[in-house]
Amino acid sequence: MEIKVNGKTTEIEVDPAMPLLWVLRDVLNLTGTKFGCGIAACGACTALVDGLAVRTCVTPVGSVAGKAVRTIEDLGGIGLHALQQAWIDKQVPQCGYCQSGMLMAAAALLSANPRPSDAQIDAAISNICRCGTYQRVRAAIRSLARVVREGM
Amino acid sequence: MKRRSFLLGALGVGGALIVGWSFLPPRSRIGTRDTLPPDADAVTLNGWVRIGRDGTVSVAVPRSEMGQGVHTALPMLVAEELDVPLALVRVEQAPFDAIFGNVAMLVTGLPFHPDARQSALVRTSEWIVAKLGRELGLQVTGGSTSVRDAWWPMREAGAAARAMVLEAAARHWDVPLGDCSILDGVVRNIDGRQVSLGTLVGALREVPIPTNAPLKDPRRFRLIGQSAPRLDLAEKVTGRARFGIDVRLPGMLYATVRTCPIIGGGLGRVGSEAALGMPGVVRVSTLPGMAGSAPGVAVVANSYWAAKQAIERLEIEWHPGPNAKLSSAQLMLELRHALATQTGIAFHRRGEGAAALARAARIIDAEYDVPYLAHATLEPMNCTAQFVDGRLRIWAPTQLPSVLRHVAARSAGIDSELVDVTVTLLGGGFGRRLEVDFVPQAVSIARDVAPAPVQLIWSREEDMTHDFYRPAAVARLTAGFDLNNRPLVWITRSASDAIVPQYLRRAYPDFAVDYPDKTTAQGLFDQTYEFPHRDCAHVAHESPVPVGFWRSVGHSHNAFFVESFIDELAYAAGRDPFAYRRELLAKHPHYRTVLELAALKALWGRVRPGRAQGIALHESFGSIVAQVAEVSLANGGIRVHRVVCAIDCGTVVNPDIVAQQMEGGVIFGLTAALHGRITIRDGRVEQSNFPDYEMLRLAQAPVVETHILPSSAPPGGVGEPGVPPIAPAVANAVFRLTGKRLRSLPLRPQS
Repeated sequence: MEIKVNGKTTEIEVDPAMPLLWVLRDVLNLTGTKFGCGIAACGACTALVDGLAVRTCVTPVGSVAGKAVRTIEDLGGIGLHALQQAWIDKQVPQCGYCQSGMLMAAAALLSANPRPSDAQIDAAISNICRCGTYQRVRAAIRSLARVVREGM
Repeated sequence: MKRRSFLLGALGVGGALIVGWSFLPPRSRIGTRDTLPPDADAVTLNGWVRIGRDGTVSVAVPRSEMGQGVHTALPMLVAEELDVPLALVRVEQAPFDAIFGNVAMLVTGLPFHPDARQSALVRTSEWIVAKLGRELGLQVTGGSTSVRDAWWPMREAGAAARAMVLEAAARHWDVPLGDCSILDGVVRNIDGRQVSLGTLVGALREVPIPTNAPLKDPRRFRLIGQSAPRLDLAEKVTGRARFGIDVRLPGMLYATVRTCPIIGGGLGRVGSEAALGMPGVVRVSTLPGMAGSAPGVAVVANSYWAAKQAIERLEIEWHPGPNAKLSSAQLMLELRHALATQTGIAFHRRGEGAAALARAARIIDAEYDVPYLAHATLEPMNCTAQFVDGRLRIWAPTQLPSVLRHVAARSAGIDSELVDVTVTLLGGGFGRRLEVDFVPQAVSIARDVAPAPVQLIWSREEDMTHDFYRPAAVARLTAGFDLNNRPLVWITRSASDAIVPQYLRRAYPDFAVDYPDKTTAQGLFDQTYEFPHRDCAHVAHESPVPVGFWRSVGHSHNAFFVESFIDELAYAAGRDPFAYRRELLAKHPHYRTVLELAALKALWGRVRPGRAQGIALHESFGSIVAQVAEVSLANGGIRVHRVVCAIDCGTVVNPDIVAQQMEGGVIFGLTAALHGRITIRDGRVEQSNFPDYEMLRLAQAPVVETHILPSSAPPGGVGEPGVPPIAPAVANAVFRLTGKRLRSLPLRPQS
């Protein structure tokens, strides 16, 4: 089948039932998207499919045929995405393992809703961070929401 | 066992050796030009520092980055003394050499009460263990010791490098040494000329290593004490960071395992026909169980997914073994029984000890308990191995490369010198990655598919059901008061499994001395509230459950016991819990100051309706932390809104990293306080993934405010001390809200 990841179309020979996570990691060697639980409970594997945040560990690769998959490796294009810069400004990551998923979930949230309320942030960011970076994740998202507001 | 013989036992790790070399001068930890592997593009100045032709400064870091910021904080020590900006610094994995051994971890592991710190016995013991540590050269990240251990050697290495740079500059310009200076990485001549570090590489090759380069006066620190941005974040926000699970090698295969789900059980017949017929599957191997791992089966395939699909198709018969009826409910009863019937080991005794109870006019006592807990690092256990060219190569996220190498060599039947270990970034450690159970598995699988490299990845279910759990524990605390209601006697009795003996047996059998384990009693025997008579003992109750080091170890539950009980005493005396603690700390102003700072910043006693505050104070790993939690109850659940945290951790290297660790410690401790419980039934761990072992998430996360006390003392730890106070702070707030004292974790206000 053909799969379009980060703007690039690749021909892959895999079982369509294979989760997108393992196609990204083990077939395409895009290791930025992480494995945490395998049952969509932790969010470490979050990537964008047609702009929506999906948990790739339970997403059969066959279901994303013809859709645009975007991973952490391409979030900022050639530079840093504003979210990635906010993550550095607020010194969010500790071990960093969950942060790809956090960033992709935040990117999906802000593209759908540039000025999320705290309750909307709570609802959209259900990813597990075992290091406990939550308050900085929230601060980074809020800082960006403010930038968007100021620019308007 | 008597205290005296147990102390000797604690020192007995190589006790006979001590006699021989205890009078030798301390081994220098600065290293030589040969300590690091050769690099043609750089000049090595000592065991820790090299300077590249491109002007970058490469710092050897012997500790693992697992989120706690050591790959920033440790290079800061060198950069400060060398006077180079952190932007010029690159982190390099330290090779195996005794200079990189963690001496502080062994010294701080000694079981002494804080009040005895200045005694001759303590100082002599610490001196001897430090010498032992320098000989042992154990590369280990744990016990919140990275900065504490590196504080002297890495600054000395930086200062020596600075002296060499100035000497090289003087030779470069042929001017007196005093004409040369270095600031922010720029080397200057008094006449205004400048030279880059990279240009001096040639001259630096000829300069000898100085023996007594002076350290900076702390008042001249420019970097230490600043919230320098972490060096590892650019790669962590772009997906470029390489954790163990991200190792990619040409021709690499993937493997996963299924090991016996029954504790202590064995492997029976394996039907592998269906699995072997699955697409992508390369082979099925059996695993004997070693270094703490259970016996089981591995499937090797061309992707993790293929291996995971195939392992579901294996038909495995398990031998139930001796623990098929084991249950955590029964184990809790056994702990209570042990507590009631055994005296245990006395860790601390003062005055008349428990005998003073006979003179008490009023006695208060209470019993507490906590369950087993899993680490649940977000990156599941994994290890990559390859046998090639007569060597064994290992890539692993590990906190303990020294023991990992030893265990890899032992399981491969080769010499340690033939094992190369690459330490990757760790997707969480929390003590789980002090274990090396996955190493013999990876070695065994790699041998079967040699020379192909193979990456072993555990499923989350395997990870959660085969952890080394924070031990369950029970404790009875008793306080006696005189006729005037003044504190008279403080007695603690606790029971839990002992970690260190079990750990040594599985990971390091050469050192498996059965000596009393301080780790499970720490934080209970060494609290400093003023009672003239004290008696603290612990019963080590052996069970088949694998137990291990869980972020803050014994402190994780003992702070809950002590700080809940002190709160009970305060209310029983009709006193404010903050004021009551303050009074009991009259002779310990150091602790009192931390408590007062937290209360001040939290506006103690002023809280909006429907909420209550709880306070707790605890010292661990060389730092004192006080926390005030602001809590409400909604729909029967506990909601923590805000946590004000005060810490005295001595000299602060990077305040923002301290704040990160306090924030993370609170979330880690709160997850356990509100959700954490591992249960065992029919010999099996009942929880297997996040829905049944729930984690605190963003929606429930409080805001944590960190306040650091200024100090010029040597650094204390910060990775763990934020964890212990939060459970009692929250439980104490819940009591204030409901009048109900919760003496078990996790906190269940409605049960």
